[in-house]
Amino acid sequence: MIRVQNLVKKFGDFEAVKDISFHVERGEIFAFLGPNGAGKTTTIKMLTTLLKPTGGTVEIDGLNPANAQTEVRKRFGIVFQDPSLDSELTAYENMEIHAVLYHVPRAQRIERTERLMKLFELWDRRKDAVKTFSGGMKRRLEIARSMLHTPKIIFLDEPTLGLDPQSRNQLWTHVKHLNETERVTVFLTTHYMEEADRVAQRIAIIDHGRVVALGSSQELKQQTSTATLEEAFLALTGSAIRDESGSAADAMRQMAQMWGRKR
Amino acid sequence: MNVIYILWLREVRRYFRSRAQIVASLGQPVLYLVALGFGMGPIFQKAGNGSYLQFMAPGVIGMSVLFMSIFSGISLLFDRQFGFLKETLVAPVPRLQIMLGRTLGSATSAIVQGTLVFIVCLIAGFRPQHLASIPLAFCFMAMIAVMFTALGTAIGSLLTDMQGFQLVMNFLVMPIYFLSGALYPLNGLPRVFGFITSLDPLSYGVDGLRTVLTGSTHFGLATDASVLVCIALLFIGLGSYFFSRIEL
Repeated sequence: MIRVQNLVKKFGDFEAVKDISFHVERGEIFAFLGPNGAGKTTTIKMLTTLLKPTGGTVEIDGLNPANAQTEVRKRFGIVFQDPSLDSELTAYENMEIHAVLYHVPRAQRIERTERLMKLFELWDRRKDAVKTFSGGMKRRLEIARSMLHTPKIIFLDEPTLGLDPQSRNQLWTHVKHLNETERVTVFLTTHYMEEADRVAQRIAIIDHGRVVALGSSQELKQQTSTATLEEAFLALTGSAIRDESGSAADAMRQMAQMWGRKR
Repeated sequence: MNVIYILWLREVRRYFRSRAQIVASLGQPVLYLVALGFGMGPIFQKAGNGSYLQFMAPGVIGMSVLFMSIFSGISLLFDRQFGFLKETLVAPVPRLQIMLGRTLGSATSAIVQGTLVFIVCLIAGFRPQHLASIPLAFCFMAMIAVMFTALGTAIGSLLTDMQGFQLVMNFLVMPIYFLSGALYPLNGLPRVFGFITSLDPLSYGVDGLRTVLTGSTHFGLATDASVLVCIALLFIGLGSYFFSRIEL
């Protein structure tokens, strides 16, 4: 479903992604783990047509994201690291916009919106503005929305960031359910190792732009002779702290949060 | 349903739901009408130019359309920082359609805002020369709205944070307003200053509104309309170009 070969991405002199290769089978849940700044988000951007690779090849369902952009975009759904909902609109309106942007026929749009919103336990709140939702509800809405156009793959970039254990648990139960019922391929990143351990069939660990290990959770633990995936992860990537520089977007989000609290 | 329509609808829905903001943004035009309209009125009258309120009302309408258009164009910056823009940019649709939907939606909100201010002007005592001129006035409001929303979109595509916002306000929006002849007649100005006002696109918008609503003109209706259409097209081109170059 996803095939990556010798993928390279350079930003000026900096090589964010250095010659990585892997593939993801149809219907698989694949976890892509790594410390901050390891190249996860850059790789996802290249897989999802948002960045052009400097070298190497990417295939999504047999198509190249660099030249079959529109076709590739129809085939995947994505949940970004930070929220991408319109919080002034209602949950239902957010779903509606997505369906129209992805050219989902009207009858199917109505039927599928209802089914997904019921599945994600959001149907009763469909007429409420998204700004009144909790973090967990917003995440669920984003995942429901990303499934609306029946994609073959969904990309989940740290979907559980900032959620409480209850919401995280529930979210992964839903994702697993979708994976089983709709046979959707799931490509996820997370910093919570126990989540990857629980849901992913195979795990790739990436550090400094390279894939340092790839296999099932069991295989990774054996390979590093450790008891948990977290220990295996630390054994493979070391325990030095990675600092990412903050962007203007981070500063603004922080400001927005402060304002939100004042009101 | 179509992509342009749904994005248009989004902007319009957002506008009508921000009631507090709608009321708040009526404050400034009311202040201008009351403080300047009544305060400067007697002097204007003595100078032999007739009623100042009658003169400045089209300018205040033009101002509110200008502010609203630029702001909603720049709201692109918020969408970019708070995420929704990504949802639209990763969808399998051409960016031009996204840009057009947004621009038309924001322009519609600006026209509604202009209409509200028009009503406020009527309450304050402004009287258009005849009712038949009102549809034409809407055409001019629409041209001002489209022109400046497209400009706002172009600026919003280039800015990456809020620091630039103040800069745009002080060095672009306020000069556009004060140099437009919204508050004073353009006839008989010193030559250099007069030349500068003739470079301001809003001058043509306000003059167009004033011509159809009150009958007094500076550039002439045909010049007003053709300059506005040309500049609107230019700004739409610029807006689409910069919008197409946004990287996430």
